[in-house]
Amino acid sequence: MATQTRSLPGVAATARRSEGVWRDAFGRLRKNKLALLGALGVFLLLFAGVFGPLLAPLKYQAQDLVAIGLNNNEPIPPFQSMVHPLGTDQLGRDILSRLLDGAQVSMTVAFVVQLVVLFIGVPLGAIAGWFGGRIDTYLMRITDIFYAFPDLLFIILLSIAFRETAFGRALNGVLLVFVAIGLTSWVTVARLIRGQLLSLKETEFVEAARAIGVSDRNIVTRHLLPNAIGPVIVAVTLGIPTAILAEATLAYIGIGVQPPRASWGTLIAEGQGFIRSYPWLTLFPGIMIATALMSFTFLGDGLRDALDPKLKGKQ
Amino acid sequence: MLGFVIRRILWLIPVLFVVSLITFTLMHAVPGGPWDREKPLNAGTVLRLNEIYGLDKPIWQQYINWFGGMLQLDFGPSYQYRDRGVNDILGKGWPVTVQLGVMTFIVAVGVGIPLGIFAALGHNRWPDYVATTISMVGIATPSFVLAILLIVIFSVGLNWFPARGWKGPDTWVLPVIALSGYQIAQIARYTRASMLEVTRKDYVRTAHSKGVRATAVVVRHMIRNALIPVVTILGPIFAFLVTGSFIIENFFGIPGIGRLYIVAIGGRDYSMIMATTVIYAFAVAFLNFIVDILYAYIDPRIRYS
Amino acid sequence: MEEAVSLELTPDEAARITREQRENKAARSKNLLEVKNLSTHFFTPDGVVRAVDDVSFELGYGETLGLVGESGCGKSVTALSLTRLVPNPPGKIVAGSVVFDGVDLLKLSDDGMRKLRGKEIGFIFQDPLTSLNPTLTIGFQIAEAIRQHMGLSKKASYDRVVELLGKVGIPRARDRLGDYPHQFSGGMRQRVMIAIALSCDPKLILADEPTTALDVTIQAQILELISVLSDEFGTAVLLITHDLGIAAGMCDRVNVMYAGRIVETGSVDVIFEKPRMPYAWGLLDSLPRLDDVRGERLRTIEGLPPLLINVPDACRFNPRCNFARDACRDHEPELTQRDEPGHLARCWATDKGGWIA
Repeated sequence: MATQTRSLPGVAATARRSEGVWRDAFGRLRKNKLALLGALGVFLLLFAGVFGPLLAPLKYQAQDLVAIGLNNNEPIPPFQSMVHPLGTDQLGRDILSRLLDGAQVSMTVAFVVQLVVLFIGVPLGAIAGWFGGRIDTYLMRITDIFYAFPDLLFIILLSIAFRETAFGRALNGVLLVFVAIGLTSWVTVARLIRGQLLSLKETEFVEAARAIGVSDRNIVTRHLLPNAIGPVIVAVTLGIPTAILAEATLAYIGIGVQPPRASWGTLIAEGQGFIRSYPWLTLFPGIMIATALMSFTFLGDGLRDALDPKLKGKQ
Repeated sequence: MLGFVIRRILWLIPVLFVVSLITFTLMHAVPGGPWDREKPLNAGTVLRLNEIYGLDKPIWQQYINWFGGMLQLDFGPSYQYRDRGVNDILGKGWPVTVQLGVMTFIVAVGVGIPLGIFAALGHNRWPDYVATTISMVGIATPSFVLAILLIVIFSVGLNWFPARGWKGPDTWVLPVIALSGYQIAQIARYTRASMLEVTRKDYVRTAHSKGVRATAVVVRHMIRNALIPVVTILGPIFAFLVTGSFIIENFFGIPGIGRLYIVAIGGRDYSMIMATTVIYAFAVAFLNFIVDILYAYIDPRIRYS
Repeated sequence: MEEAVSLELTPDEAARITREQRENKAARSKNLLEVKNLSTHFFTPDGVVRAVDDVSFELGYGETLGLVGESGCGKSVTALSLTRLVPNPPGKIVAGSVVFDGVDLLKLSDDGMRKLRGKEIGFIFQDPLTSLNPTLTIGFQIAEAIRQHMGLSKKASYDRVVELLGKVGIPRARDRLGDYPHQFSGGMRQRVMIAIALSCDPKLILADEPTTALDVTIQAQILELISVLSDEFGTAVLLITHDLGIAAGMCDRVNVMYAGRIVETGSVDVIFEKPRMPYAWGLLDSLPRLDDVRGERLRTIEGLPPLLINVPDACRFNPRCNFARDACRDHEPELTQRDEPGHLARCWATDKGGWIA
């Protein structure tokens, strides 16, 4: 049904102008309880990642051999000691501190990867979309081939290939992980930007801008890219869980973050042999991973629904 | 239709080529050789080993040799186990992995699609909320986290199922559930969204206006059209399944290719790594191919274009 | 309800008998359709939209009635309400009665209503591309209603489909049974829709803007087809359109709708020659004419239709009306009888004691 936005009885009236896409979106986001929950989770995780290791009383690699010794040389279970609230592992290292270190790793990876993605994806997508034609075709063919190669395998290969190099060893292997994951994730954002530019390129306001002499570069940066920001924000937010998961998987296999740094993935790998006897070693990192993934996914879904309610429920 | 199929098959070849080339290049870009161990071997031994394994030949020739061997399904000798070839090792693990994969796929589709339809038909009532919650949790829980939870609850806690091994049906349950969790959630989510969209379509209204029974409208008009977009995501779902399988195999101690892959990564068995990577990548490409064919079969618009 | 027609008759004989039965019924001056005080509201987060507000009209057997108005006036929702196809949520028929061949449709069970749809009442929708299922053959889609309601064997159903396709003017029908909608052109698809609507020989066809989505050249053919077939089978047609030209050419009587209400009703001659409501004048005036002066602007009705939430008790057209006075803002006029029998209009100004002669 057509609904005109004017009141009765009216004289000549104009349609109510939408008070800004962002205001509407923010309003919708606030009503979405699941998204708010996710936002809370994200906030807590960021806090833990940034401030956690600074505030933690114990260092993640510090071994409390005394406490272990007192416990028959077995790791201390959770909720029993004030010093080690979540218990220790077999080497006496405090689980909580290690979880916080893992949080720092995961949050760093997640956000830096998105930076890499934006850094590569936006310009490439913009070039493909703006120039179109053969440049576009070549770039799309390249991305198609990348698409055929499963991401994880490619990341693993890259990581294996370079892990012995100086680059690979930088920052305990974390830098390598960023770049590897980033290299496989930029395609989505590039496609989004490209699509946006392709469709808007032919519109009249672009023609008008050209007519008054605005340079190509300014057209792209000032007029076209801002329109694409919405979907890009959503893509980036939803890309974070993928990055976190990829990092955890790599760490689990033994690539990426090297000991003694504690990624949640390494914690699981270290603890998996003891799952029957000391289940908390794997349970806590597992819960952390699940929480991180859920928080960012809920928030990302909420952002997507808020920015374009018509897409609700779709991908 | 036949032309479509042939074109798709032809596309597999360049993919295979590119995948193997990338893999090969990366493996040989690694500084240091396959013989680096904690205790370095003496130079003479290294030279001899290189000769035996053909590593002293120029790179491009190595690639051609390897590619040729690969086409004949001969992946060369293992660098880790000097007495066996890659083929022998893989041969034992291959059927196990395939079995895990097929079972997981059947469970994923067999649970995911009905769950999505169930949620859509009970939209905004309890079936929808329950199914959606299950999906959201499933998507956010990676396979190894789910594996941990399952083991802790069902193996350690309730002692219903063993936590390791691959012998007999009760060892199949936990790994298949762990691996299929994410897929079920994604498939259910897509199916639900697709069904909801189809409900609003004009042709559903036409069907009602003809007086067709409600169940017939759902089955004949809605489900068939709703499944079309779902088939398109089966490709990435398969990719996820393939790459996820090696983690699950490692976790549950299942003697498939996946475990070998992880062991090879740790032990720098380059020919093994290359072989398994190529096999996995090719499996994904092949499964995508099947998905494309299925898609064309379901949607007549694709068939006739 | 009518007696079932025996299958041993030829299709033409069967059609003739059906038509006679219907004409007899018409002679007994019972209406096929009597709509009284129908109200359909949409319950949205912004408020209750009164899309169809207390609408009443009749339709005789074999008659063609036009429901004319601009976008958003509620004409489509009226048609959907008659067969209870309004999407719920958010829509709901909140009041009124729809008596079809002696039975109040709004009081039927869901299953009872379903049995009438497609069999006694056919629907032609606006966009044939989206209204046909892309994954089913057109043969199947036409046969679907036949097999559902008429209990024919598969072969007999498809024979009837071929016959119907022939009647709607699709060549080589037998060969095209296995084709899909996307293999047809727009005009052909609409013919398929017409075939579906007519498949079980209904008493009433609801045609919702059947030609709006088509090329102008095809429009005339489709309208002609509907006209011819409804005459041949004695089918009543409720034709919904925003195009006055179409209404003038096809209809026996016309209802003009505005903002969810009927504002004028009468025979097509009276409405076009002597309308008694300023909105109708505006509509007629806005039609481009061959004797218009070139370069002169087309005439429009200023303003927009009102929002149908929180409607006050006033004439709904008054904000845009050049003849409005206080009376129009105080109280909404009723549909009152004008000079000719069957001609009613809703306007203070043109009524007895009003300020326009």
